[in-house]
Amino acid sequence: MRYLPLIWATLWRRPPRTLFTMLSIAVAFLLYALLTAVNAAFNTGIEVAGADRLVTTGRYSLTQVLPAGHIQKIQSLPGVALVAGQSWFGGYYQKESNFFPQFPTQIEPYLAMYPEIVLPEDQKQAMLRTRTGAIIAKTLADRYGFSIGDRIPIIAGIWPLADGSNNWEFDLVGIFDTKNPKDRSIYEMMLFHHEYFDEARQFGKGTVGWMVVKTRDPAQNETVIQQIDALFANSPHETRTQTEKAFNQAFIKQMGDIGLIMSSIIGAVFFTLLFLTGNTMMQSVRERIPELAVLKTLGYSDGGVLALVLAESLALCLLAALSGLALAAVLLPGIAAKLPGFSGLALTPGAFAGAVAIAVLLALVVGLIPALRAMRLQIVDALAAR
Amino acid sequence: MAQTVVSLRGVSKRYTRGRQTIEVLHNLDLDIDKGDFLALMGPSGSGKTTLLNLIGGLDRPSAGELRVGDARLDQMSSAQLTRWRAQHVGFVFQFYNLLPVLSAERNVELPLLLTPLSAAERMKRVRIALQIVGLADRGKHKPAELSGGQAQRVAIARAIVADPTLLVCDEPTGDLDRKTADEVLGLLQLLNREHGKTIVMVTHDPKAAEFATHTLHLDKGRLVEQAAHA
Repeated sequence: MRYLPLIWATLWRRPPRTLFTMLSIAVAFLLYALLTAVNAAFNTGIEVAGADRLVTTGRYSLTQVLPAGHIQKIQSLPGVALVAGQSWFGGYYQKESNFFPQFPTQIEPYLAMYPEIVLPEDQKQAMLRTRTGAIIAKTLADRYGFSIGDRIPIIAGIWPLADGSNNWEFDLVGIFDTKNPKDRSIYEMMLFHHEYFDEARQFGKGTVGWMVVKTRDPAQNETVIQQIDALFANSPHETRTQTEKAFNQAFIKQMGDIGLIMSSIIGAVFFTLLFLTGNTMMQSVRERIPELAVLKTLGYSDGGVLALVLAESLALCLLAALSGLALAAVLLPGIAAKLPGFSGLALTPGAFAGAVAIAVLLALVVGLIPALRAMRLQIVDALAAR
Repeated sequence: MAQTVVSLRGVSKRYTRGRQTIEVLHNLDLDIDKGDFLALMGPSGSGKTTLLNLIGGLDRPSAGELRVGDARLDQMSSAQLTRWRAQHVGFVFQFYNLLPVLSAERNVELPLLLTPLSAAERMKRVRIALQIVGLADRGKHKPAELSGGQAQRVAIARAIVADPTLLVCDEPTGDLDRKTADEVLGLLQLLNREHGKTIVMVTHDPKAAEFATHTLHLDKGRLVEQAAHA
């Protein structure tokens, strides 16, 4: 602590240079925090996937629809407890920026398969009774100000009504939450009846996008997967069945390897930062060689001078990194509120600890060469400016 | 009988620049007594600063025996010399060499950071040192806000704050006008006379040397003349 005023004063020797360097580091850590949060949000879906849930899609693509008749056939398999067909609706509320996922499905088996979705019993019964009914995640209801009894207009992106109109309307009869608030972003969606959807849509009748299957025993998943796919082998509508976890992973990979993309961006940013901050530290030490020589003259040891320069580098990197992380912590809730499916965006303790570790590593890497130079300088030569 | 503080016996200093070896000091014998104020004079390249650096423990002789107090500097490692300097020597440079980012107080405090003293005790000593050099009211000022004379007095305060055995001054008035130089030299004389500090000062200026109790002349690395002042 006794050296803090010295380190602090030295750090601010050239305020504009320090400020701009800190700004660069802060922006890099802001980016790190945002991308890490997005990556974590993507992976949350994989983590919460049910061990006893399978997903059956068309063999070649998720966009290949399947006959709704597959549901009954799968249901008849001995290892299968429940099946629900589901489709991607792809509509939006009022304007395109108000997009959130909507799924027509078989409500009763679907809710039975997803115990993590919490819907009051009376609302569930109301949903089962109401053909045009819909239930929606609490986060979405809060965001758009929906309440039970509202009639929600959704403009279809894919599925027009039989009369050619895209203006679907649903009666909001239930608002659900998740058992674990952490999982809210995964279930940020609206559900409505497949039967209503199938009757009212203009084309594609009698099909579903995919099916969610609950097995009686997760240990039998592999057997059930083989049975389902064998059931439709060599038919015009062959299937591909995977565990829900594998399906979610594959779904995310369709967009690209998010983890790799994030790591590449973050890696490139920090690599650039290494040179920028390294240059600042080198310049800072180079222009005060005589001052460092004076410290050594006064009795500061080689190790002491090395520690002072490293401490300065640490102070620069940590202070800037913490500023960037603080800014991210302030911005993330706002971003989460604007992005459907990302309501869980947050700076986790793990990401924070990772950022601090990176900041320390960065400080040591960029500080080491100037610190060693400071440590090795010969007093007599440095004072004589040789 | 006066007590010898600095003793050199057969001290030589050689530097190697590329393939060339230059002997800057040749086989020097010298004794400096406790309480002396010694001026080292001589033309450029005569070895004054090299000798000062050896006495101040900034460098080691290539040959010979160098004692300061009880310490054999010629036998010390670099780390031992560093510790020794912190405890026994105060340095004053021609260009003050204050840290521009620190206030006068913080500059004077620098040697005390290496001691186990508390912050309050350090600050007390810093104020006393600044009082001795007549700058008690300038503690919060940064070097850029001080005149040359004031900056050199802050440097002297920094040199004496840890109460060293020896003050080593390299052209302390080389960057000052006559009047200010005389004030600084008067201060060094006061430290020598009133506070008993042993001072070794390198100077080109014969008027500055008049403030010392003795003057030594160096030429081509050899002592050529010794004069005592009244």
